[in-house]
Amino acid sequence: MASEQAAVEPRRPLSGRRLNTGDLILLVTAASAAVAVVALVALIVYKVVEGAKLSFQTFGISFVWTVAWDPVKEVFGAGSFLFGTVLTSLLALALATPLSIGIALYLTELAPRYLRGPITSLVETLAAIPSVVLGLWGIIVLGPFLSQHVEPWLHDTLGFIPLFGPPSTAGASVFTATIILTIMMLPIIASITRELFLGVPRDLKEGSLALGSTRWEMVRGVVFPYARGGIAAAMILGLGRGLGEAIAVTQVIGGGVFISWNLFSTGDTLASKIAASYQGATTNVEVASLFYLAVILLVFSLVANIAAQWIVRTVNRKQGGAAT
Amino acid sequence: MTEPSPTGSGVLQVPHLRRRRIVNKSMEALALLTALIAVGVLVLVVFSVARRSWSALNLDLLTKTPIPFSLTNEPTGLANAFVGSIVIVGLATLMALPVGILIAIYLNEFAPPKINASVSLVLDVLNGIPAIVIGIFVYGLVVVGHGQSGYAGAFALACLMLPLVARSTQEILVLVPNSTREASLALGVPRWRTTLSIVLPQTIGGIVTGTTLAVARVAGETAPLLFTSSIVGTSINFNPAHALQTIPVAIFEYSESPDPKDHAQAWAASLVLLIFILVANLGARALAARSKRRMGLG
Repeated sequence: MASEQAAVEPRRPLSGRRLNTGDLILLVTAASAAVAVVALVALIVYKVVEGAKLSFQTFGISFVWTVAWDPVKEVFGAGSFLFGTVLTSLLALALATPLSIGIALYLTELAPRYLRGPITSLVETLAAIPSVVLGLWGIIVLGPFLSQHVEPWLHDTLGFIPLFGPPSTAGASVFTATIILTIMMLPIIASITRELFLGVPRDLKEGSLALGSTRWEMVRGVVFPYARGGIAAAMILGLGRGLGEAIAVTQVIGGGVFISWNLFSTGDTLASKIAASYQGATTNVEVASLFYLAVILLVFSLVANIAAQWIVRTVNRKQGGAAT
Repeated sequence: MTEPSPTGSGVLQVPHLRRRRIVNKSMEALALLTALIAVGVLVLVVFSVARRSWSALNLDLLTKTPIPFSLTNEPTGLANAFVGSIVIVGLATLMALPVGILIAIYLNEFAPPKINASVSLVLDVLNGIPAIVIGIFVYGLVVVGHGQSGYAGAFALACLMLPLVARSTQEILVLVPNSTREASLALGVPRWRTTLSIVLPQTIGGIVTGTTLAVARVAGETAPLLFTSSIVGTSINFNPAHALQTIPVAIFEYSESPDPKDHAQAWAASLVLLIFILVANLGARALAARSKRRMGLG
């Protein structure tokens, strides 16, 4: 991760020495590659914003919270998709974080040594499953299972909470999307958290145990406070993954332009709306509105990334770089 | 509920010991449960894919092409998608690999620390941009003017690969000991030759590992291809100037089809994709372990 990079001393054995022609050629070629990647990111931002211009001129900033997507009347807005994105991602994060911390604790504190390697690999393999395969599984296996067994039960027992309304009919629902996003966030947060826990100094942990605390008290008193900042950064990275996931969510969420607190109804997220419209968008305004959705997503991902970096840096400074 | 007080046997009595032990045990059980859930989900997904793909998993999948709106039982397959995936991912690798390695060389061997940090941040930002946004970016950049093509799709995938390749190369370059560079330079070897023929060869293992992981990652990407290479015919096509069908896009389209035969093919294609990705991941891991041992870091 970035934090590891920052901690390593940069290698410049020859700074200040004169460069010959060959050196210059390599330096210029390599440097232009670095310039190119910076230009690429700038170009991505420029092109996506430029593509949204028509929609921005037509609907202005109120596009962001307007609930509408009507290609016939040519009225578009991101309101319901924004709602769906935030709802699914935050719920998935709320589910994935405790699960990930549990996995990381098991892998660093509890598992027998011969199991640690294999289980770590398995959890990381979960991240390698393509989203389209997870989405296929979600719509054909997970969705129907949830709508027949889990959703009725949740509705019966917790129905007084508006989130658990009448169960979905076919399995395509915001709830299914949330579970799929949870599965996607899990390996990201778990593997970062595991590395954080491995970095907790041994003498602190042993000191706590020597004072008579149980293993859980040691974890709560030493491991958690030590890793707190890093876990926050890991959560933000996981959230970024959830906000931007398009394919799997499109497959399982069912679509719809409305705001509903019922998790078992269908819905859409920003990313899933873009993916679902890949063949349907016809008018210029609709295409520009898809770009507008992408602008909102881009802002989300940039903010999430920079926030995570900032947290890592602040934590590193506080701990004197000891966390890495 | 009592104050700690020495008992007759001289053992310190600790308050709430029973409760603390119960809390401890339940937390340990919960942690075990979470690990079981994670492994269970993986097993469940792989098992589902394997079981459901059985009926469509045969040689036809790799050799035959789809027949649209077919009512007969003529065997069909996804040969066009396999060819398209190989062409597009291959092209993307050709685009991303040299640029990624050059970026890493610049950052590690030449750049001042401040530039290193900021370009690394840009790479992380690029890595964090959602794949669907990359897709719509390439749509705006290339497809609007020139139409969909394999090149456009490959460029979109290359955008995703670039930060992965650059970052992993950077990580392995850092591990090359400075003494190697200094020994070469002390012998009068110019800096560019030191970098290209002394430093870089030591990192080949790491670069191959990083590239394999990046290839495995983008081979399953659908989102960047939806807007760049998805409006396709059913014949086998090697020419990236046309839009090419790919495995992920085919799975995506078939998963939304009402025809159960399409579902079976989607599962079978998923299995092939999964096996490729898992093998690539395991291979990369084994290679990484081996090259680390070689560099004396195992």
